Amino acid sequence: MSTKKTLFDKVWDSHVVKHVEDGPDVLFIDRHLVHEVTSPVAFLGLKNRNVGVLFPNKTFATADHNTPTINQHLPVKDPLSANQLKALEENAKEHGISHWGLGHEKNGIVHVVGPEYGITQPGATIVCGDSHTSTHGAFGAIAFGIGTSEVEMVLSTQCIMQPKPKKMRINIEGELNFGVTPKDVALFIISKLTTSGATGYFVEYAGDVFENMSMEGRMTVCNLSIEMGARGGMIAPDEKTFEYVKGREFTPKGADWDKAMAYWETLKTDEGATFDKELTFSASDIEPMITYGTNPGMGMGISKSIPNAEDLEGGVATYKKSLGYMAFNEGEDMIGKPIDFVFIGSCTNGRIEDFRAFTSIVKGRKKADNVTAWLVPGSHKVEAAIKEEGLLDILKEAGFELREPGCSACLAMNDDKVPAGKYAVSTSNRNFEGRQGPGSRTLLASPLVAAAAAVTGKVTDPRELMKKELA
Amino acid sequence: MQQTMAYDKFEILKSTAVPLPIENVDTDQIIPARFLKATERKGFGDNLFRDWRYNGDDTPKSDFVLNNPTYSGKILIGGKNFGSGSSREHAAWAVYDYGFRCVISSFFADIFKGNCLNIGVLPVQVSPEFSEKIFEEIAADSNTEIEVNLPNQTVTILKTGEQESFDINGYKKQNMLNGFDDVDYLNNIKDDIVEFAKELPL
Repeated sequence: MSTKKTLFDKVWDSHVVKHVEDGPDVLFIDRHLVHEVTSPVAFLGLKNRNVGVLFPNKTFATADHNTPTINQHLPVKDPLSANQLKALEENAKEHGISHWGLGHEKNGIVHVVGPEYGITQPGATIVCGDSHTSTHGAFGAIAFGIGTSEVEMVLSTQCIMQPKPKKMRINIEGELNFGVTPKDVALFIISKLTTSGATGYFVEYAGDVFENMSMEGRMTVCNLSIEMGARGGMIAPDEKTFEYVKGREFTPKGADWDKAMAYWETLKTDEGATFDKELTFSASDIEPMITYGTNPGMGMGISKSIPNAEDLEGGVATYKKSLGYMAFNEGEDMIGKPIDFVFIGSCTNGRIEDFRAFTSIVKGRKKADNVTAWLVPGSHKVEAAIKEEGLLDILKEAGFELREPGCSACLAMNDDKVPAGKYAVSTSNRNFEGRQGPGSRTLLASPLVAAAAAVTGKVTDPRELMKKELA
Repeated sequence: MQQTMAYDKFEILKSTAVPLPIENVDTDQIIPARFLKATERKGFGDNLFRDWRYNGDDTPKSDFVLNNPTYSGKILIGGKNFGSGSSREHAAWAVYDYGFRCVISSFFADIFKGNCLNIGVLPVQVSPEFSEKIFEEIAADSNTEIEVNLPNQTVTILKTGEQESFDINGYKKQNMLNGFDDVDYLNNIKDDIVEFAKELPL
């Protein structure tokens, strides 16, 4: 057997407590992130089995999924949401788990605060009862979403039982075109692989494009790995990663840092290591993307027209159902379609870089009258940066308001719901039927495309507005 | 090893089936996010496929299969890539709570499949051709019975005798046959885990 290992092999293999014959691996988990929605039944399970939390210092709780994004200082109005938030607080307290609840200065979306405070580190295994846990793969961690039964397993034993996934490497070489962001890169890959094309695999992203990408951008790409079915995605840690991680609250200090660095620097795929599947794309083929259907694989370059059913390889009935839901027709252009809502935020695009991008386009312009815009920072830290960098003033001048942190309209568990039949250009991760509210219609896109839509009131190629700025 | 039954044992299931020939059925359709606010595992079956099953005013949509009295049974037949999207185990709970013990599809999303196995719903992956055959037989006769035999790892259309075998790893198979879950397994090897944790690189 080859001794050459991929990055994924190195991290996975070093965490296998034991292999069950004709079954899964028992995988040790370094960091466990918990939120209010997928954890209460797991805590109940501990009570029923009369067991405690094995390593309370390896679990971190934050409230994000159903929190309101205005007036967070007031009691939560929805009694069911309030009850879940209270359950998280009580469970965390009972088991000695740190809890960054609503109103806490470190509160925010679980996948935004994890990296911000250095909970996320290279070479770690990280899980959370949330499929977008793949975000943390940006640091060279193995990170993925789990179900509530597994949340209970991690709480009581710090392990889960999973078969080792197959390995895929996706290379993108070259330089990104003008106006193309990490979100576009991810939507491009998903459109090529389809929403199930990476199911059964763990992906490593490699090549120029990812090496040149910021940590925020890498998080956006890894975040969306699940949208092509992959368990997760990861990028080898480099100087940029170490620089980002250094000095954060939960990262090693002093001699421990040196020890960690010595280990982290070994975390890359060996020359000659093999993947079950390897794909290569060219950066020059990617333009700003937008989705037109009801899964994230139904995306295309913004200047293209909606594909015809006859050009598809099967799935025609499902395709037509999807376009019917969106009230779009085959062959239509997306450019110029009127929209009603713009949402910038979520674990996909709720970080400071995303707000910088959004602001760069709305600066000096005005929000279109027909658009309701929800600008939701991923955390209080992001919110503070928006204010400190002067972005808030520019946003206000353009007619936008900033809300308070949370998952918000990405999954519409709180009051931030797009009404039935309305179109939302959204920087989040899912355009499923009803995802942003019953009957809502979602167009997934980058912060730049969202900004262009917000000021024009319709789907607009952001490069048109950016060119004017350059001129 | 101490193990208790976490759900009813699964051995041989013989039942009519409910067909849902739609691809990429995501867990937001199986159970929309606004129904995830419970702190106990209760009543999720009522909201299974909520927005496909009911209008905005809570009246049933007559054209949705769960509202069609012609089709019933303990087996759900889904289209390709069933259960994609969110990791919410509530989707598997809703399927189980509604009364299904088995989902048959030509392709499953990973996390949903794992969640099903953890709570006692058997995900059975068949070839696209066999899946198509099942859909056709049920369309022709809604009383068509399907037999899912876990010990033999076979699924059979009883009327025609057509059969296909399916994969499941030996460990998960034993769990399903006994009604066991992973939590007990892990709690039984906790000492090994604590020892292992001491040897980790960081």
